[in-house]
Amino acid sequence: MFLFPILGMLVVRLLSDSKSTARAALLLSLVSLADTIWKLSMFNPAGGVQFLFDQYWVENLGISFKFGLDGVGLIMVLLTNALVPLIIYSSFDREIKDFKNYFSLIFLMQFALLGVFSSLDGFLFYVFWELALIPIWFICLLWGGHDRVRITLKFFIYTLSGSLLMLVGLIYLYLQTPGTHSFDINSFYELALNQEQQSWLFWAFFAAFAIKIPIFPFHTWQPDTYTTAPTQGTMLLSGIMLKMGLYGIIRWMLPVIPLGVSEWSWLAILLAVTGIIYSSAMAIAQKDFKRLIAYSSIAHVGLIAAGIFSLNIMGLQGAVYQMISHGVNAVGLFFISDILLHRMKDRTMNEMGGLAHSSRPFAIGFMIILLGSIALPLTNGFIGEFMLLSGLFSVNAWVAMFAGLIVIFGAVYMLRAYQKIMLGAETEASASFIPLTINEKVLIGIISIIIIITGVYPKPLLDIAGPSLQAILNQAGVSI
Amino acid sequence: MNNLLWLIPVLPLLGFLINGIGNKHIPPAASGWLASLTVLGSFIISAGLFMQLLHDPATVVQADYFQWMNAGAFDLNFGFLVDRLSVIMLLVITGVGFLIHVYSIGYMSHEPDYARYFAYLNLFVFFMLVLVLGSSYVLMFVGWEGVGLCSYLLIGFWFKNQNYNDAAKKAFIMNRIGDLGFLLGMFLIFQTFGSLEYDTVFASASLLPFNEPVLTAITLLLFIGAIGKSAQLPLYTWLPDAMAGPTPVSALIHAATMVTAGIYMVVRSNVLYVMAPFSSEIIAVVGLVTAVMAALIGLKQTDIKKVLAYSTVSQLGFMVVALGTGAYTTALFHVITHAFFKALLFLCAGSVIHAMGGEQDVRRMGGLKKALPVTHFTFLIGTLAIAGAPPFAGFFSKDEILANAYIHSPLMFAVLAITAIITAVYMFRLYFLTFHGTFRGTMHQKDHLHESPATMTVPLIILAVLSTIGGFIGMPEIFHAPHFLNDFMRPVTALADAYKGGHVSHMFEYILIGVTLVILAAVVYLTHKKYVTDGHVPARDSDLVGIQRVLANKFYVDEFFNAVFTRPMDVLSRLSYKWIELGLIDKIVNSFGTVTNGTSSMLRFSQQGNLGYYLFAMVFAIMLMLVYMLVI
Repeated sequence: MFLFPILGMLVVRLLSDSKSTARAALLLSLVSLADTIWKLSMFNPAGGVQFLFDQYWVENLGISFKFGLDGVGLIMVLLTNALVPLIIYSSFDREIKDFKNYFSLIFLMQFALLGVFSSLDGFLFYVFWELALIPIWFICLLWGGHDRVRITLKFFIYTLSGSLLMLVGLIYLYLQTPGTHSFDINSFYELALNQEQQSWLFWAFFAAFAIKIPIFPFHTWQPDTYTTAPTQGTMLLSGIMLKMGLYGIIRWMLPVIPLGVSEWSWLAILLAVTGIIYSSAMAIAQKDFKRLIAYSSIAHVGLIAAGIFSLNIMGLQGAVYQMISHGVNAVGLFFISDILLHRMKDRTMNEMGGLAHSSRPFAIGFMIILLGSIALPLTNGFIGEFMLLSGLFSVNAWVAMFAGLIVIFGAVYMLRAYQKIMLGAETEASASFIPLTINEKVLIGIISIIIIITGVYPKPLLDIAGPSLQAILNQAGVSI
Repeated sequence: MNNLLWLIPVLPLLGFLINGIGNKHIPPAASGWLASLTVLGSFIISAGLFMQLLHDPATVVQADYFQWMNAGAFDLNFGFLVDRLSVIMLLVITGVGFLIHVYSIGYMSHEPDYARYFAYLNLFVFFMLVLVLGSSYVLMFVGWEGVGLCSYLLIGFWFKNQNYNDAAKKAFIMNRIGDLGFLLGMFLIFQTFGSLEYDTVFASASLLPFNEPVLTAITLLLFIGAIGKSAQLPLYTWLPDAMAGPTPVSALIHAATMVTAGIYMVVRSNVLYVMAPFSSEIIAVVGLVTAVMAALIGLKQTDIKKVLAYSTVSQLGFMVVALGTGAYTTALFHVITHAFFKALLFLCAGSVIHAMGGEQDVRRMGGLKKALPVTHFTFLIGTLAIAGAPPFAGFFSKDEILANAYIHSPLMFAVLAITAIITAVYMFRLYFLTFHGTFRGTMHQKDHLHESPATMTVPLIILAVLSTIGGFIGMPEIFHAPHFLNDFMRPVTALADAYKGGHVSHMFEYILIGVTLVILAAVVYLTHKKYVTDGHVPARDSDLVGIQRVLANKFYVDEFFNAVFTRPMDVLSRLSYKWIELGLIDKIVNSFGTVTNGTSSMLRFSQQGNLGYYLFAMVFAIMLMLVYMLVI
């Protein structure tokens, strides 16, 4: 599994021109995807953790290279390996300076993300968690846009300080394990910590995850970073990286410190739901399309987080599904914004208009991705949102109602944006709009098809995650 | 026929895909006929199902295709169900839908973007069919939101015009407000009954005690969805604006089918509503107020489509009153007859607009009956039908609604009867202003007046026939003929029928018919005198005073919404972005950085200003900590 990203990092260094490098990168990322699909076909949903690899790393510290995938992990690996080819493909037809390093860093990112989603050892998890920060930081810093130095520094320090708290938590857990101590997740499961210990451990982990996701009010690094990062960086961040935080809650909080989670989940839900409404309002106020997507992303992941903290199977199942959907839709939306930025040199929506006259495929693709993002039934967004809200509803009807406002607000800002950018009379901007290239059309087409297929027939993916989520809930044995 | 069930929605979907993908490569006439034929195909299969159900009251055709969503106890099938209620809806949707498709071939013939129009229209029919075919609330919701999308796409069909786009967006968002209610209603249903599929839900609901609070909550939440979709107070203002779309769209979506989805939903859920009398009372009141207000507004409109739009809102109010009084079959009856005569009226209006070169203001029409004989005659039939003149279709269904309102509350009956009179007034006003008197348009328009082509007039004639005889499916008792619709629907509304109150006396029926005839005659005489003999033409809006002005401005409801919701939301968003987001939260976060910077400048000797160094230091420190821990 890790082999192909590493291979990718090496191969892209060997080639000399940017075109063949990009192609080779795409090819290698597709090999990773094929490997994942093969794993999916081998996977037995009811069989717990599979593809186990366990080797001591630092034996006397109880640290091991312990990897394995249950249904949730496998879904996250699928998400990563499905999105990376799309992300690499999105860079075709774009001039990228210093392309060798760019693609190497993308592969390093993939490597780290796969590590995060498959580690079953606390220390290993932490190492990959931090490792993931380094390539994305370089991508943003070296290929970013306006004011990138200040913004990436803030992003780096902010997320890092959260992670350090998590490290403290992990070490505390480690020290509680009996005997020679171990970072193995199974030994964490067996700990019987009391309410008070779990209560403060909750905050140590929550700080790291909440910043990464980000949950309101820890989100202020996000819009700046998303806006300034190069398109592929933003896609990596929003499509995959922020799911590290959501995944972390499911894997490292629910089963390990269930009492802490159950004690504080009402507050987490409150923050998440506040964030949904708040960042939707922020999205309404934006004039820059990329920034608008950034804020809408906070609203969507807020709903996912709220669903997880509902601590029931409906919310968790919806959360996992929505992680995939949000990943696909975010990549789609940021690609739309990239197409606009590439052609218009100005992201302000008021300067656009009438683009639907110039490019029909663009108008259709944008519409489908938009519909996925506002969760129209028969698109991927609906499945996740329906289950998330339903899970939340069984916790508290009023909270579900407030969270449900995302249904209305999402339509408000998205349709407004679409109207401003695509509709209206022909303008100078629309007359000079260069039609989409073949590659751009293909990418938008693929994303649109995924949106509809996973919206009409979600069962295969739901079936993979379902039993593992149930096992995690049983392990936790708490409810809100 | 059961094996072909899936084809009913799939045929229009295929039409959508072919027209959508083929787009400009398909010759215009071919795309129009292709779209129409797919709907005709669905109609034929639906008719077959109807025959099958006609002979056997117990038949319910159900087909589950695959498991759609699942999580723990939640298990939802993607399946269709055809019972006597859905088969009637199927016939109305595909039948009227087919006629409007054919009509569009002529109406849109000057439109360059022909294939896109028919693709949207087909997609709409697909979603509408899913709405009535679905075997669970979630599948109904699929169609429910899907038709909302198509309505958005078709209202904004001419997307060059930003006013049209605003109208489209408004329709979508107002519908979404209702949809949130629908969603929450579904969650509550699932929480209460553990399922969202009709058979399970209704079976368990009928076991609950009468007037159970949870049923009241469920029915009210679902009804919020109906308020949005069926344009009831206060979420009705999108419907008049929706007239921005091509006129056949107004006929199909914003009169005959989509807006009746809310009515269908309540009839489908009649088991729940029967058990929740409090909700029913609220529904009746909402319907009543909507019916009155919209009719009053209709009195002062001068745009031919706007008059019809407000009359649609008002007629939907009538149907909702029927729902509130527990007369579910009656509501469905009015859905059917209304589909006939309102589609007819809109299509006639389209024919007029077509002839007038896009003109919609009745103040610039007049005397069109000579140039447009077929349109004139069919419009007259539509007007008689909606005004409730016997023996046209609207008479029977409206009569039933009034009778049920009377049983429920004489006051409600009185208000509704007056509304029916207002309906007759604004409709005859419209009719006389358009077709009688002298022509008030430009010379250019006058020279171009022409009757529409056969693709347009044939659907008009068919709909006129249906508007004339459509009411015979529901004869009142006094005529000693069987009430076909009531008998047919009995299996669906069995529980509701059991709870239903008394009957009106025959005497009441006779009086109602007699009074209706007298009042209608008076209305015709007075409107004819005012608008034809005296040649009165409505004043410009700015010249209106007092209550007339309030009516012409639609009670200022739009202004109210703008002032109370839309504008504050925008301002609040912008202000909180400036003050809370940038001014507060981000400041706090940054201040950590500033403080750290201040401290660290004192510790500068340990700093190289190099992030790689920090990273190294961090890892080193971690190692150190681990080593330390190991030692103890």
